Amino acid sequence: MTNNTTPVFLKTLGRQYYLFSLILLVIAVIINANLQKNFFKPVALNGMLITFLPLILLAMGQVIVIIGGGIDLSVASIVTMVSTILVTRMGAEANHQQVCIALAMGLGAGILAGVLNGFCVAFLRFQPLVTTFATTSIFTGIAVYVLPTPGGAVPRFFMEPLRAKPLEIIMPFWVIFLFLLLWLYLRNTKFGRFLYASGGQPVSAYYSAVPVDWIRFTTYVLSGGLAALAGLSQTMNFGNGSPLVSGDLTMNSIVSVVLGGIPLSGGAGGLVGGVIGGFILIMIQNIISFANVPNWWQTLVKGVIVVFALAGPGIIRVSRRK
Amino acid sequence: MLAMLLAVMLFILGGFVQPGFTRFEQAMNILRLAAFLGIIAAGQTLVILSGGEGIDLSIGAMVTLGAILSYGIVNQSDARILPGLLVTLSAGLFIGLINGVGIAYLRIPPLVMTLGMTSVVRGLVYAVTKGELNGGASPLMSAIVVKPLVMGIPGLLFISATVAFLMWVLLERTTYGKHLFSIGVNRVTARLNGVKVNWTIVSTYMLCSMIAAFGGFLFLGYYEHVFLNLGEKYTLPAVAAVVMGGTTLAGGSGSYWGTIAGAIVLVLIESLLTTLQMQDYARQIVYGLVLLVLLAAYGRQKGLRQ
Repeated sequence: MTNNTTPVFLKTLGRQYYLFSLILLVIAVIINANLQKNFFKPVALNGMLITFLPLILLAMGQVIVIIGGGIDLSVASIVTMVSTILVTRMGAEANHQQVCIALAMGLGAGILAGVLNGFCVAFLRFQPLVTTFATTSIFTGIAVYVLPTPGGAVPRFFMEPLRAKPLEIIMPFWVIFLFLLLWLYLRNTKFGRFLYASGGQPVSAYYSAVPVDWIRFTTYVLSGGLAALAGLSQTMNFGNGSPLVSGDLTMNSIVSVVLGGIPLSGGAGGLVGGVIGGFILIMIQNIISFANVPNWWQTLVKGVIVVFALAGPGIIRVSRRK
Repeated sequence: MLAMLLAVMLFILGGFVQPGFTRFEQAMNILRLAAFLGIIAAGQTLVILSGGEGIDLSIGAMVTLGAILSYGIVNQSDARILPGLLVTLSAGLFIGLINGVGIAYLRIPPLVMTLGMTSVVRGLVYAVTKGELNGGASPLMSAIVVKPLVMGIPGLLFISATVAFLMWVLLERTTYGKHLFSIGVNRVTARLNGVKVNWTIVSTYMLCSMIAAFGGFLFLGYYEHVFLNLGEKYTLPAVAAVVMGGTTLAGGSGSYWGTIAGAIVLVLIESLLTTLQMQDYARQIVYGLVLLVLLAAYGRQKGLRQ
């Protein structure tokens, strides 16, 4: 006799692709909260959200590109480039008008970067991996040109919005929430359907009059835009810029996507998974530092945990088949 | 063979741009760097040929681990070169085994698996050295690798010629090579033809990591000192060299000669840019732009209209 009393909510949840990731996240949060006594205090949560907003934004951009069937290795360099542009255009004494101009330039640069990536991958049909590797070099070079050494400053009022608390909840949360809402809407539009089609079955999509090239192009532009926002939030957090690219950031964005249960081959998944995956990664990093793991073991432990988390879906698949 | 032509053209161009560029010593320098990249990219060639979006992003960290293991074990004594080399190669085989098993049996995408293993290998490096680097290269190592051996040609070039020959034999004359190409073209038909697909995949990744570790050993012989993350900057250029050499990322077609040519081209570009005495940022931008231009020639994929 089938038991039919499971609530609809749980049934829908059970079908979501990000179920395993969600469970992983809950486990990670529990472990983290045990190790870090003040985990649930606003001070700790807010600090974490502010510090890691760039990663979540990058993970979101990477999700969109990966669903479309590509990959973007240049995101970290776009963050750096935008950050250097913002910092040099502003300076500590800038007024509101100058800040707006700087914002426009920074975001414009990020979007242009996405345009370059998208044009090469979608229209020139370059291989995404090597292309975005090449553009990383270009964007890093631009960053170094704009700001040769770490420094720069921003006006005090510029750093405030990040720490503002509408409705007593800190801004980064609202940013993530808004993007997720936007995604929920977009996913059901033509664009959303075209996106999944372009990533999952590009040839069939093409023959069904889906503008696959334009869709793929747009994913890279969106990724560039989100990377620009990540650069913006990073600059708002630190108040200065640096031409040194954090090499880990790109890798972390890709790992977040995978941890979120999204296949790298494209055509499936969603923004929620990327956000969950990003938070799992953050939890892992927190756990390692709060578990008092000695400094020189930290990277290894994090690597092993990440590999196991990445292997998770694979192991489940294999055991299901048996 | 377009890549080879390009390499020759760039070399001549360099001679015009900067007198002395085509001098024998300079040529040897470039060939040395290219040989080094070429050896590391040999493993990458195998992995990419195996298809299934095969790629190994952990080779950079593997080079670092190999160099540091050799550094610690050889410890400036000639007698310990062999143990050092053996340990280094075994480390490579071990890491490659993990990569291969994850990719072949657990069906983890190669990009993901090797990306994750990069952190693990890097972590191993940190854990093993605890941040301190003790040891040293031995005189014999540097003699073989870096100093001019015969007719002013450094030993490294002979080593890389041997590697090239071995790769040719491996790819063209062994069963493994035939199997590798067949799984690259189509996994299903390969399996139906009796090829042990999983075993081939695993051994490919094992070979790749072993070669990368060997590259680390050579690095030690060349530079005589090590530092953390020394290998990171070789990962993506190795992939670029393979792609530029005509091996498609989808697998199943390509050759090691192409990779060698690709490595030479990449090194030539970097050297050219350095001799032009451009500022750091300009060099980076131009390097990226040149890669894009090369991709226009080599890296374009099939259109959707079939």
